[in-house]
Amino acid sequence: MNPFEIFAEYWPRLLDGTLMTIKLTGLGALIAALVSPWLALWRVHGSTLSQLPLRLYISFIRGTPILAQLFLVFYGSGQFRPLLTEWGLWNFFRDPFNCALLVFAVNSTAYQTEILRGGIQGVASGEIEAAKAVGMGRLLTLRRVVFPHAYRIAWPAIGNEVILLMKASALASVVTVFDLMGRTRQIFSRTFDFSVYLWAAVIYLCITAAFVLLWRLAERRLSRHVPIHTTGAKP
Amino acid sequence: MSDLFTYGDAGWGDEILRGLAVTVQLALSTLPLGLLIGFVIAFAAMSHRPALRFVGFGYTTLMRGLPEILTLFVVYNGVGLLLNSALRRISPEAAPVDFSPFAAGVIALGMVFGAFAAEVIRGAFNALDRGQVEAGLAVGMRKSQIFWRIKLPQVWRFALPGLGNLWINMLKDTALVSIIALDDLMRATKVAVGVTKQPFTFYLVACLIYWALCLVSEFILARMERRANRGVRRAGA
Amino acid sequence: MIRNTAFAGLVLAGLLGTAAQAETLRLGTEGAYPPFNYMETDGTVAGFDVDIGLELCKRIGADCDVVAQDWDGIIPGLLANKYDFIIASMFITEDRKKQVDFTEPYYKAAMTHVVPKDSDITEFTNEALAGKIVGAQGSTTQADYIAATYPDADIRLYPTQDEANLDMASGRIDLQVGDMLPMLDWTTKSEDGACCELAGEPITDPAFVGEGVGIALRQEDDELRERLNKALQEIRDDGTYKAINDKYFAIDVYTMK
Repeated sequence: MNPFEIFAEYWPRLLDGTLMTIKLTGLGALIAALVSPWLALWRVHGSTLSQLPLRLYISFIRGTPILAQLFLVFYGSGQFRPLLTEWGLWNFFRDPFNCALLVFAVNSTAYQTEILRGGIQGVASGEIEAAKAVGMGRLLTLRRVVFPHAYRIAWPAIGNEVILLMKASALASVVTVFDLMGRTRQIFSRTFDFSVYLWAAVIYLCITAAFVLLWRLAERRLSRHVPIHTTGAKP
Repeated sequence: MSDLFTYGDAGWGDEILRGLAVTVQLALSTLPLGLLIGFVIAFAAMSHRPALRFVGFGYTTLMRGLPEILTLFVVYNGVGLLLNSALRRISPEAAPVDFSPFAAGVIALGMVFGAFAAEVIRGAFNALDRGQVEAGLAVGMRKSQIFWRIKLPQVWRFALPGLGNLWINMLKDTALVSIIALDDLMRATKVAVGVTKQPFTFYLVACLIYWALCLVSEFILARMERRANRGVRRAGA
Repeated sequence: MIRNTAFAGLVLAGLLGTAAQAETLRLGTEGAYPPFNYMETDGTVAGFDVDIGLELCKRIGADCDVVAQDWDGIIPGLLANKYDFIIASMFITEDRKKQVDFTEPYYKAAMTHVVPKDSDITEFTNEALAGKIVGAQGSTTQADYIAATYPDADIRLYPTQDEANLDMASGRIDLQVGDMLPMLDWTTKSEDGACCELAGEPITDPAFVGEGVGIALRQEDDELRERLNKALQEIRDDGTYKAINDKYFAIDVYTMK
């Protein structure tokens, strides 16, 4: 079969997988985005001792393959079924999608926390003093001064992290969640036609390209009030 | 429980250690290939010729946008099939060539590492102080001397933190080869789980081993960075 | 001097062709499919498939190395010359015949449903199983079967049978379809398999189980296929097959009687 026939025959499955990939990545990144600001503040302002568990968590996530984490959570939770049932958590762990999402969210949270920490530390202390001087409270300072600036600094790095997460989601099929990669392997094992991998590559690149474009647009909005917008200043 | 990990026929200690050895071997074999690809692509991307720049830019964009596991499958399944069909076209009698999972792993991981490394290396060259090159010219150094004595030592210093991160990512990515049947640490763990039915215990041990590998790497990298930065004055220090 | 003649002899034997000396072949199998092929704690692959394969090697005068390969990639691996034949409980199906050739069947096959012992599933129809979680190993005839027969079920496909079993034991799937013999073995002989039991009638629809289980080879290797067929007939006739069979099964899997 030529590549176009393969695509014509199997596009519904590829589409199905693509949507799953987007869903896993989007939800995972979103959950991480909701949790990471709090952890980042903890990372910046917490005492050395109180940070210990947080630092261990981040180090563990960064030091272990996501594949091993997936296996650990998915098959590992099966080993504790009676306990999890007792705690009412088994229904959550029973669904492979939840397990995969949990792993991706926990992973992305660790990375996003570190990125945001860098952003927060990059906010000039003069700005915070200025906020104090005009009588802003701590929360207001965070909301109006620290986070807007920290996000502007961290924005490109967070974008990179989302792309890494999207690529990592290609492992979901090892725990029976059929994302784009899983569907692709399925089609390959049926047709042994190599072109299906090339289609998958094209789709992944399209997703990445579309995302990069959207992210840049959002970045321009975030920094629309910055008067001098120099191009090429970013690494 | 501890006898699950004993060394020998009864326990899984020796299989897991052997898997660990494969993992480390794989990562160490990938590193030189990845660095080579990284330098070549970085030079292509910095070239004066538009065609070369296009190749350099295209390669990094492509490899960084694809999931590592997809690259691995394409290399493992695709290159083997391609090689053999090409061979058969040349001479129908030719014995089919073998393309081992180890070789596929080294090539695929090296290609990915190379793409990211190219960006790091390019950034390091861009960070060079032009004044130093001019100083080199002023004291009458040749271009090659400037490259070897002024540029490269500093590029090394600038690129080291980035390359260190890539090394750790690659170390973790070696786990992917377990999916294409290389007996690395991850696969040895899977096999042990299949027999003992103790997934949590074994996957946790695997995670801890990878973690230890990464911590050791970070420690060594920190020392290397300190060494590379000797003689650099720090503001306020 | 003696060493030199011995060396010359070796070279000569090499030049004269493969007939005189033992040729080396590579036997591909999966290693996650007990009792047909599985990993021992010492890291070697064992099982009915491997025993039969190695016996056939002996009969055709070859030394065989056993190569373990994941199931999804097992046919591409053969085509990419990672091994010379596959003996891994592979059903002979029309789809696979487009890619590889098969020997005569070396055992007969059937599939079965497996459910947890406390299951309330009694009927095996698409209506009865709508919304239920049905598992199987991916890229198998079982997977094709559930996709075709239970389209409204929530289908889960696993990389290996071991992982499907693991997940059935931990209660994530309501029903799985697997090969009769491994499932029988798992539910009756293993500790974790005690959770579950076979259910319903055996599935023998030839559209799915094909003619039986065969050894897969590259399509150009006709000569090796004929030699393996001959050796297979030999071990059937002289009782070697039965001896291996009895190590693993209570019935003769060649005839399923």
